[in-house]
Amino acid sequence: MIEALVRLGAGSLGATATTGRAGMFLWRLLAQLPASVRRPGGVVRQLYNLGVLSLIIILVSGLFVGMVLGLQGYNTLVDFGAEGSLGTLVGLSLVRELGPVMSALLFAGRAGSALTAEIGLMKATEQLSALEMMAVDPFPRVLAPRWLAGFIAMPLLAVVFSAVGILGGYLVGVELLGVDAGSYWTNLRTSVDFYDDLLNGVIKSVVFGAVVCWVALFQGYDCVPTAEGVGRATTRTVVMASLGVLGFDFLLTALMYGEVG
Amino acid sequence: MNNSRGLELAVGIFVALGFVALLFLSIKVSNLAEYQEGESYTLVANFRNIGGLRARAPVTVAGVRVGRIAAIDFDMATYSARVKLAIDSDYDKFPLDTSASIRTSGLIGEQYVELEPGGDPDYLADGGEIELTQSALVMERIIGQFLYGKASGEK
Amino acid sequence: MVAKQTPDMANHIEVRGLRYLRGRRVIFDGVDLDIPRGRITAVMGPSGSGKTTLLKLISGQLRPAAGSIRVDGQEVVRMDRQALYRLRRSMGMLFQSGALLTDLDVFDNVAYPVREHANLPEPMVRSLVLMKLEAVGLRGARELMSSELSGGMARRVALARAIALDPSIVLYDEPFTGQDPISMGILMRLIQSLNRTLNLTSLLVSHDIKEACRIAHYGYVIADGQVIGQGSPEELRHSTEPRLEQFLRGEPDGPVQFHYPAAEYAEDLLGPIDD
Repeated sequence: MIEALVRLGAGSLGATATTGRAGMFLWRLLAQLPASVRRPGGVVRQLYNLGVLSLIIILVSGLFVGMVLGLQGYNTLVDFGAEGSLGTLVGLSLVRELGPVMSALLFAGRAGSALTAEIGLMKATEQLSALEMMAVDPFPRVLAPRWLAGFIAMPLLAVVFSAVGILGGYLVGVELLGVDAGSYWTNLRTSVDFYDDLLNGVIKSVVFGAVVCWVALFQGYDCVPTAEGVGRATTRTVVMASLGVLGFDFLLTALMYGEVG
Repeated sequence: MNNSRGLELAVGIFVALGFVALLFLSIKVSNLAEYQEGESYTLVANFRNIGGLRARAPVTVAGVRVGRIAAIDFDMATYSARVKLAIDSDYDKFPLDTSASIRTSGLIGEQYVELEPGGDPDYLADGGEIELTQSALVMERIIGQFLYGKASGEK
Repeated sequence: MVAKQTPDMANHIEVRGLRYLRGRRVIFDGVDLDIPRGRITAVMGPSGSGKTTLLKLISGQLRPAAGSIRVDGQEVVRMDRQALYRLRRSMGMLFQSGALLTDLDVFDNVAYPVREHANLPEPMVRSLVLMKLEAVGLRGARELMSSELSGGMARRVALARAIALDPSIVLYDEPFTGQDPISMGILMRLIQSLNRTLNLTSLLVSHDIKEACRIAHYGYVIADGQVIGQGSPEELRHSTEPRLEQFLRGEPDGPVQFHYPAAEYAEDLLGPIDD
């Protein structure tokens, strides 16, 4: 009994300390953001690593998610004779919710884990220490450019995901199942609002990108500098970044569309 | 040197692709284009009950979209819903006795406002009020009336 | 401050009463060290005795629980980040793994600290880097990526990088570990010649006693969190301290036990005997 309480106490202390370190980490990232903007070279390289290398998975997943939405939506709507509204269903689900969230989850798996592994490996091979010893702060040189690239890449990936998904829904709904092409596009345009839906979706994905990259970089920076430690940190990144994305999604959705009337 | 050029090219393509997708979503998918149709003027209509009508719902005449719901407020003076309609300036000649009613597209679809022009020689101006309104059909009430009528009829 | 740095202050680094804990384990408990200016000092000890930790404490990457560490008369323990960065520009460190930046080639690795700190035109950076690479004999390898280097070459490149900004102190972390005899010989000669020609204060930590004693002017041996012996290599060799003797001769059993502290073997196997 006492043993369990001790373990609970130690666990809480450890969690509190980690949260504190993560907060400090975020603060230093924020403070060094301007410095990394002044050196765009590093950010471009990271845009390649985070954005271009995630593009394939985003394109393929977006297409399939859109096609599934088209199929499922059609089968549900056709019972009410409302298959003309397929555009509304596909468009709103993608632009508001699935585009930002799914692409952020994929991003956490593809780019977040890679970031953690990279930073963790830099720590394990003493490269971070070496930078410190050369009187070079790793925050503006190594960490902040990756963070910045993360939340530039994320919204771009999310809109690509949504766009491809809408085309996928079109393929299945219109080309395959025979929904009228005109009503698909018209429905989209009457129901998807530029500010309320599209822009809010983009804002969401910027936040997701910041969250995923913050978690990934922190896990790499804070990991136990051994092969096993890096492996564990990579797993933690995927789990915690995904949970973070879903948590923030609820928060942001409640803020943006909260006044459901 | 060559290597970094390739990298920059790939990033350039990626960013361009992102913006193309954004453009596609803005123009082809969202209603951004309609915001830029520019000028509109406001008509006001009071409804006893608006049902599930929401801001941004379409306003149509004879099934053609002529504007959208700009705002919905509650009017304490009349205890009714005060709905502001933003009508495209192209359609600025609605007679004074035009009536507005809240309709539903399909059985479960979105609600919208349908205008029916009357025969008055004078036209509604900006800020003008539509006097003749018909509230939304509320399913429960209809069902309730139906059951009540049936019960009292059997007596 | 400046007055304190007169030549009569022979000790470049002074450590007093150093205490450091990792979790609940005591790594250092009251360690005093004097690192003389312009000489090679070796700190030796068995693995796990915290030698690398000592270097991290001196360079301010870790903070001790108690005690003082002075470099050039300045207290490292209380420095803020900016003061530490200023201090580290006069310090080079050779990491055990080399710790070269993996996405840069040899030339850019050596040029990195120069480009960061000295605002020099590119031709000058180039000749400076080539000079440092020449000093470690790797001017020809400048275009290799760090993944293409052997362990010994990586360490030499890292050494060139460590001296790129002409530091006054170089810290060597286990410079001989995992080296074949030839590259070990090269490294030893390099450390000696750099020490002589650049008038460097060299502090190396190692468990390779033979090699360390061959090039060091002065040595410390630490074990169990304390200094158990110090002196010139000659004096250390003739010491009668039992732990020191065991460590220097490499005997498997002695005051430092082969067995980790444990209960009686028989009791552990058979369980407590009660009759």
